[in-house]
Amino acid sequence: MATAVAAETHGHPPHHAPTATGLNTWKLGFWVFLGSETLFFGTLISIYMVYKGQSVVGPFPEDILDIPLTTLSTFVLLMSSLAVVLALEFLQQGRRGLALFWTMMIIVLGSGFLGFQAYEFTHFYKMGLTLQTNLFGSTFFVLTGFHGAHVTIGVLWLLFLWFDMYRGRLGPQDALRLEVAGLYWHFVDIVWIVIFTLVYLMS
Amino acid sequence: MSESHAMTGTAHHGGPADAPPHVGWRKYAMIGVILAIITALEVAVFYIDALAPVLVPVLLVLTAGKFFLVVLYYMHLKMDHPIFGRVFWAPMALAVLVVIGLILLFHVLPTLGKFSN
Repeated sequence: MATAVAAETHGHPPHHAPTATGLNTWKLGFWVFLGSETLFFGTLISIYMVYKGQSVVGPFPEDILDIPLTTLSTFVLLMSSLAVVLALEFLQQGRRGLALFWTMMIIVLGSGFLGFQAYEFTHFYKMGLTLQTNLFGSTFFVLTGFHGAHVTIGVLWLLFLWFDMYRGRLGPQDALRLEVAGLYWHFVDIVWIVIFTLVYLMS
Repeated sequence: MSESHAMTGTAHHGGPADAPPHVGWRKYAMIGVILAIITALEVAVFYIDALAPVLVPVLLVLTAGKFFLVVLYYMHLKMDHPIFGRVFWAPMALAVLVVIGLILLFHVLPTLGKFSN
């Protein structure tokens, strides 16, 4: 088995200890984790959709949601996904400067998205929408709040990787570390793609 | 084919199974532009009153397009080892079924006069 694995990797050095599947268990485990996350967000989205239009007191979604602002924050998050794949591409190529630049871009764009969300939450609070106001407030803040928490974790994770890259402790041979963080980031992005349509555009 | 991948530890792109596939920055950038265009289309559809009757299906199609572009190309599921796709798509399908099932149960069936007093 080990011989077969070595022969089929076309001479590339293995990135990990041999496993039965030939796959890195960390990456495989992370995909399983992302699978579980789809169920987590699926549940939150279900709750939002079930209670949609059931609020008996305002503010209601059509009174309060700011589509132009959210379109801008959606664009920012989409571009951060582009920054992830560019950072990974340049890290694999050993172009450290570009990898550092694009990793920092992810952090900046992700922080920008969080800034938009903080502004939106504050604005809604001032307009009288809280977790306790009505069903829309409860389900909206729980869904988008958990998404924002995931973005925050992603920003901190990438900041940690950026420092490792800056200090020379994350090179092309460790690209899998950035790839796994990138998978997490892309997942957060696709969750937002769905939220943007279901919560904002179908409001 | 997938069993052979599992036994040999190779991915669709031919390298080590866990190595990130190379797509190329130009293709990544092109996908980024397409994602931005689709987002602009979504918002345009939202503001065009004439499209109101078909708003939901059009938005769902556009959103699905963005979703699959990110998952298949940015997350490399199109090129990566098939087992990664399996562990992701199976719970994803379940989550989608749960969402659709609950929408049908709470919003569609009551309007048909079933399950209501």
